[in-house]
Amino acid sequence: MQATDISHPDYFHKVVDCQWACPAHTPVPEYIRRIADGDNDGAYLINWESNVFPGILGRTCDRPCEPACRRGRLQEEPVAICRLKRVAADRKSDIADRLPKAPSARNGKRVGCIGAGPASLTVARDLAAIGYDVAVFDSDSQAGGMMRSQIPKFRLPDEVIDEEVGYALSTGGAFVASSRVESLKAMLAEGFDAIFVGCGAPRGRDLDAPGRREAAKNIHIGIDWLASVSFGHTHSIGRRVVVLGGGNTAMDCCRTSLRLGGCDVKVVVRSGFAEMKASAWEKEDAMHEGVAILNFLVPKAFTHQRDRLTGVIFEKVTAEKDDRGRRILAPTGEPDVHIECDDVLVAVGQENAFPWIESDSGVAFGKNGLPSIDPVTFQSSLPSVFFGGDAALGPKNIITAVAHGHEAAISIDAFCRGEDPRVRPAPMTNLVSQKMGLHEWSYDNAITLDRRFAVPHVENTKALKNVKTEVELGFTDEQALAEARRCLNCDVQTVFSAPACIECDACVDICPLDCISFVPNAPEEELRRSLNAPALNLTQAIYVSEPVKTGRIMAKDEDLCLHCGLCAERCPTGAWDMRKFTIEFPRAGHTCQSTL
Amino acid sequence: MSYLAKPKFQHPSLEVNALGFTHRDYEGSMSTLCAGCGHDSISAAIVRACFELSLPPHRIAKLSGIGCSSKTPTYMLGQSHGFNSVHGRMPSVLTGANLANRDLIYLGVSGDGDTASIGLGQFAHAMRRGVNMVYIVENNGVYGLTKGQFSATADRGSKSKKGVDATDEPIDLVALAIQLGASFVARSFSGDKAQLVPLIKAAFEHRGAAFIDVISPCVTFNNHAGSTKSFDYVREHNIAVNALDVITGRSTIEVDYAEGDRQDVLMHDGSTIRLHKLEAGLDVSDRSAAFGMLERHRFAGEIATGLVYLNEGARELHESLDTTHRPLNELGQEVLCPGSKALQAINASLR
Ligand SMILES: Cc1cc2nc3c(=O)[nH]c(=O)nc-3n(C[C@H](O)[C@H](O)[C@H](O)COP(=O)(O)OP(=O)(O)OC[C@H]3O[C@@H](n4cnc5c(N)ncnc54)[C@H](O)[C@@H]3O)c2cc1C
Ligand SMILES: Cc1ncc(C[n+]2csc(CCOP(=O)(O)OP(=O)(O)O)c2C)c(N)n1
Ligand code: SF4
Ligand code: SF4
Ligand code: SF4
Ligand SMILES: [Mg+2]
Repeated sequence: MQATDISHPDYFHKVVDCQWACPAHTPVPEYIRRIADGDNDGAYLINWESNVFPGILGRTCDRPCEPACRRGRLQEEPVAICRLKRVAADRKSDIADRLPKAPSARNGKRVGCIGAGPASLTVARDLAAIGYDVAVFDSDSQAGGMMRSQIPKFRLPDEVIDEEVGYALSTGGAFVASSRVESLKAMLAEGFDAIFVGCGAPRGRDLDAPGRREAAKNIHIGIDWLASVSFGHTHSIGRRVVVLGGGNTAMDCCRTSLRLGGCDVKVVVRSGFAEMKASAWEKEDAMHEGVAILNFLVPKAFTHQRDRLTGVIFEKVTAEKDDRGRRILAPTGEPDVHIECDDVLVAVGQENAFPWIESDSGVAFGKNGLPSIDPVTFQSSLPSVFFGGDAALGPKNIITAVAHGHEAAISIDAFCRGEDPRVRPAPMTNLVSQKMGLHEWSYDNAITLDRRFAVPHVENTKALKNVKTEVELGFTDEQALAEARRCLNCDVQTVFSAPACIECDACVDICPLDCISFVPNAPEEELRRSLNAPALNLTQAIYVSEPVKTGRIMAKDEDLCLHCGLCAERCPTGAWDMRKFTIEFPRAGHTCQSTL
Repeated sequence: MSYLAKPKFQHPSLEVNALGFTHRDYEGSMSTLCAGCGHDSISAAIVRACFELSLPPHRIAKLSGIGCSSKTPTYMLGQSHGFNSVHGRMPSVLTGANLANRDLIYLGVSGDGDTASIGLGQFAHAMRRGVNMVYIVENNGVYGLTKGQFSATADRGSKSKKGVDATDEPIDLVALAIQLGASFVARSFSGDKAQLVPLIKAAFEHRGAAFIDVISPCVTFNNHAGSTKSFDYVREHNIAVNALDVITGRSTIEVDYAEGDRQDVLMHDGSTIRLHKLEAGLDVSDRSAAFGMLERHRFAGEIATGLVYLNEGARELHESLDTTHRPLNELGQEVLCPGSKALQAINASLR
């Protein structure tokens, strides 16, 4: 194998599994260390810089970082990365005056954002901070998008949204409330230098089945119903509720129903339990609150007495493989099931809809109904129009919307300066030794064996009384510190210098995970099998050195390294060093700001 | 030294041996030796050998004297019996333990000072009596623990860290062990686990006094230019005379050497040592050939490593003394201490 080029910004970044997996590349271990040090303000600001909504995401993020966490590969559970964000957000002091303000020098450029969800708010934060005049339009009276309209208050209280939407706009973006954009052409005519479309995926899919029209009064589209609850228009639901669908929207619908008078609430899903789209923890929480989840049932018809819904008929199915080995749901032939209920919530998916974008506006759409955009710049076929969030790639989540927002802001900035948005500014990396003494490091390298801590919840009896009672209490101080200590500091990298190595084997012998081997060089596949512990996880890199004195190479499997620093502590020559890797992503305006 | 305990986490796909243990189960507590000390590598090699042989940790007794080397039993085999004796006295304490309980597996760990200086007499008698044990000397040519004075194995002309030459004739413990009657004698290098681990395994399989002299650089006091026990010097002058595979019931032979270059030795417990002769014609069962080979390499300024001498038919101490086959702790009070009448009978028979 070729010796590893550790100067490539991706190499060590990939070793920080969580940061690599986070769409906004939040420096996770760095903020967790701050929490462990009691520096919640610092932890919050690091998050805020990357992901804009630490308090919101610390309660609601889809957390793609957690399945990536190295601790999860050690026959253990990942660090509670997400809920530690909330720890910082809840405990921080007033940080408002540490946030960037709109510069007094304006650059004279105007940007219009359509929709005030996380994508638009990120664009507004990034661009207003460097002198753009940004106006954010939304049909709703308050900013926040689906964070405000969809996510139930018991998971995300309004105060948290108010605070963080406020911070996002505090760099100078202007929110234009209750103003639905009805025409892109009209918007273009207003002379914006660039337009960002962050209108989300606002249409809930319906279920067309016999009885749908007759029983319409008691059949609700999940996301419309949740919005109506959020905005205080709906206060109750029938005692027996059937929720159709197996995603996170279904979980929010059933849990909200329990709080609005539902006492027999069932989620009925076509697929098996494991195949459901909802996150494992959402399913757990719903079941803990008393929701029943029924699987392998396909809705066939709504039953009703005149215009009053009486129930839903389901066909029983089972998972099978078809001739080509694909999973299909085949009817079992057993009699249909009738589930009686008073209300049905349909949560079977979301769609994009752009009725206000004229077909001759210059913005092209693909067959899937999504805009044709450059996947890196988010620029549409009409160069001054950019997309991001659910509007760009279909329904995803908040952190993805934020990541799109950052990229689109960079593109808009380049575009407004007459540059090619496809030329992306490079990230800046740094690698700093953490050595303080013979066996002293400027990070806590001790490895705790604590298991993942569970976040305490309000008791069901109390939680279910009010839809606005936040159900999670957040970690206690002790839990927060202990959970923070579970982080392995994967950003503190093992860096090897072949010329310094005397091949004493001390690092090989001490490494608790058998990561390090000195072996003859070979092609990757062969090398992976020749190591002290075979490197079977192909998604993780092998760090290969230049030849050492005996002509062998040092090969380190990055997969399970605890970043404990013992290799560096036991190395007599300093051939191993523990160095903190930081990667700073460009934000709009960070390069060539002076030319603005 | 490191203050951190080695984390309990281990690789999920670690191999397990016949007892269901991983090599981590044979580790001891955290080493307090200097980072990079050759002795730590030898500990790791012993751990590996015990793991691969599936030795039950609770049936091993590890004994040592005084020195950095003699501290190492603490850093391996945490589930085994241990005894840290007086400087140079490991052989007699081990002999006593062995006589009392012949069922344990005995591992003596010593240093060149502990064995070739203060303990030379003890070493000599354990070898000539054929005590059934594995005797490992971690040989760095200095007294590491007392800050680097030359030991009796320092080569004449080797330079101390301050630049002073060693003036006395060195003791070659390998030659001495053969001369004294050890029945398994080998030399190796802490920096070559591929050679060392099979040697340790073979030594455990051998019945009788098995001696291994392992050159083990002292990174703090004897790893400089001019030293003949430094990593660089040993690597440059190391000549392996053979390589071996230990074939127990479970393991298979991986490399097949041509007939003539191969020597198979059946061990008393049924396993086989397969030797691949790197030095043509060297027969490890030939004592005088062993001396000749050692002398030849010494004269050429080379360090001969590998299995140097093996006599699988040798008598061990218990056979010579015709002792009881059972450990003393399994015999009842009446058998161990038959009373004054029995004593009188013995005395009478000797009158
Ligand atoms: C029930 C539910 C629960 C969810 N829970 C989570 C969760 O826990 N965690 C998570 O990460 N994600 C969750 N999501 C997904 C997440 O809310 C979205 O992916 C995210 O909000 C998308 O952000 P966005 O900026 O693209 O647009 P949105 O947040 O959808 O905001 C779009 C905004 O544009 C406005 N708008 C639309 N058209 C116009 C127009 N023509 N003129 C003016 N304004 C317009 C809308 O009123 C809306 O306010 C959930 C979604 C749903 C439906
Ligand atoms: C009776 C006695 N004499 C002297 C000493 C001092 N002493 C301690 S260790 C040592 C030498 C150890 O040398 P070696 O066996 O080579 O071990 P190393 O530290 O080199 O591994 C000496 C002389 C002692 N502890 N006890
Ligand atoms: S930091 Fe070093 S010793 Fe610790 S697990 Fe990683 S490679 Fe092994
Ligand atoms: S501990 Fe240091 S000198 Fe020894 S083998 Fe490892 S990297 Fe090389
Ligand atoms: S002094 Fe020498 S022998 Fe003793 S621990 Fe240090 S390196 Fe090893
Ligand atoms: Mg010594």
